[in-house]
Amino acid sequence: MTQPIYGLMAEFDSPTALVRAARAAREKGYRKLDAYSPFPIEDLSDALHLHKNRLPLIVLAGGIMGLLGGYLLQYYVTVWQFPINIGGRPLHSWPSYIVIAFEMTILCAAGSAVLGLLALCGLPMPYHPVFNAPRFALASRNRFFLCIEASDPLFESGATSDFLQTLDPREVTEVAQ
Amino acid sequence: MPENSPAVEERSRDIIAPGYTFGSITDQIAAVVLTKRTPLFWMACFSVGFGLLLLFLWAVATLLAEGVGIWGLRTPVMWGFAITNFVWWIGIGHAGTLISAILLLLNQRWRNSINRFAEAMTLFAVACAGMFPLLHLGRPWLFYWLMPYPNSMGVQPNFRSPLVWDVFAVSTYATVSLLFWFVGLLPDLATLRDRAGNRLARLAYGILALGWRGSARHWSVYETATLLLAGLATPLVLSVHTVVSFDFTIAIVPGWHSTFFPPYFVAGAIYSGFAMVLALAIPLRAVYGLEGLITDRHLENAAKVMLATGLIVAYAYVIEAFSAWYSGDVYEQAAMWHRMTGPYAPVYWSLVACNIILPQGLWFQRIRRSPVTLFIWSIIVLVGMWFERYVIIVSSLAQDYLPSSWSIFHATRWDWATYLGTIGLFLFLFFLFIRLLPMISIFEVRTLLPQAKVGKEAEG
Repeated sequence: MTQPIYGLMAEFDSPTALVRAARAAREKGYRKLDAYSPFPIEDLSDALHLHKNRLPLIVLAGGIMGLLGGYLLQYYVTVWQFPINIGGRPLHSWPSYIVIAFEMTILCAAGSAVLGLLALCGLPMPYHPVFNAPRFALASRNRFFLCIEASDPLFESGATSDFLQTLDPREVTEVAQ
Repeated sequence: MPENSPAVEERSRDIIAPGYTFGSITDQIAAVVLTKRTPLFWMACFSVGFGLLLLFLWAVATLLAEGVGIWGLRTPVMWGFAITNFVWWIGIGHAGTLISAILLLLNQRWRNSINRFAEAMTLFAVACAGMFPLLHLGRPWLFYWLMPYPNSMGVQPNFRSPLVWDVFAVSTYATVSLLFWFVGLLPDLATLRDRAGNRLARLAYGILALGWRGSARHWSVYETATLLLAGLATPLVLSVHTVVSFDFTIAIVPGWHSTFFPPYFVAGAIYSGFAMVLALAIPLRAVYGLEGLITDRHLENAAKVMLATGLIVAYAYVIEAFSAWYSGDVYEQAAMWHRMTGPYAPVYWSLVACNIILPQGLWFQRIRRSPVTLFIWSIIVLVGMWFERYVIIVSSLAQDYLPSSWSIFHATRWDWATYLGTIGLFLFLFFLFIRLLPMISIFEVRTLLPQAKVGKEAEG
């Protein structure tokens, strides 16, 4: 082969076929593989062992930061920077801080959910080799793809292609780097 | 309520017409955006919106030149139309978040076909709502004084004031709604990128899609993110109208100062919001032939939510009158009595008719099942909810403690121009959205198909 390739892409008709193929590829020992589908498929995450991600932790951290930031901002302003004595009422009037502290919690948690999503997915990513697969545009319409990447230690162009052919795909194509 | 088909399978078939495939769903929804032909209905609605938007710009320009005195604001009624419209618009937005977040957490799959445009409705309604407090500031160009920032004047917003809470609540709501909406759009933007024939469209959707490729790794994080955002948006949406109601309850004006306002306002918000969802969905699905995706079941479910929240609102009206009487407070009693018999009595009784009496028709399946009647009903509720906000705000301010300072509010043509203008802004933004972005979430509707279920033989 003259040019290095990114991997081999098999195209399937249904989510069932894709999940079956993903399981078979995992069982065969392939680890560097990814599946592409037009909608989320829970069994697919299961087949590819994708259940854990760090997003909840990121959101929790964002939320706590928002809560502390919102509360301390109000504390600083009303107690230190701009104290107003109203009939001798306490300056640290925490019940009136609740609303803004809550809103800041939600704002920062939601912001970190979105930024965390983008970071964990590596987006924005304008170029990716899988877009070189000839019929890949259908991955956002009605086709289901499984890609075994060339970086997998078990990857061997001929053997991997033969293996993918046994999974009953519509077709198997090479993906340029 | 009579149920013809209690079986669960039957129900799931009701929310999408039989015969759809992944491809045909994609093609039908994407075609609305990617086609070169624009329907006459769109042209007409957009023109009305654009015309009213120009009226809005004119009203705002006059306001900036002359000051808020061009509105009918005179002591003691200093909130008038501006705050009425603010509360009305922001309430309308609530249904979008309810559909996108709360119904997602409750696993109500019928929401999948209506959440996208309902969220868009939320965003644009909040944009319209935001106009009023800003313009009402008197000097809107100093709006940034509402935010705490280090400044040479040595002053800061009063964090003990519900009006400042409102600034934070509404701006958080707008931001989170926008984020949630954009995250929901990502996979569909990728679909449009892959299907657009025109280079410019492909480029624009490509940039917005951020390189989304539907990878299983991405979907797994995406599902977590959606659930977390829904979990965050749920308490947020309940808090927003609660904080809006604090603007009133924390004041001592008779007719405002009561503890049941937060749930009353939230129920009213969802009530008017679902009315707006129906008012938008019914014409859209007829014009774009989307009856197979937004089915009669969707309309019926929305009507049922409207009926349920309408009953909560009706209960609140009764309790409002009861607690005024039971309080023994002569001012509270007088405020309620003035509403029912005073100068605002026609508005009060119209709101009772629009919000309590007429919506009881929704108990009948014949009304819930007929799109035309349901459309009329939703307009009635929208009008009724506007009256409600008007009565709460204006009648309470016009006649408070001191009879010598009583004065009746008269709306000027600029009040009406600004109000109609925001309806124009809403229509303008909403129809731009219909033309440029998929109004139904394509990827979520795909998951409704029976083919989307992974067969037994693939289970590990």
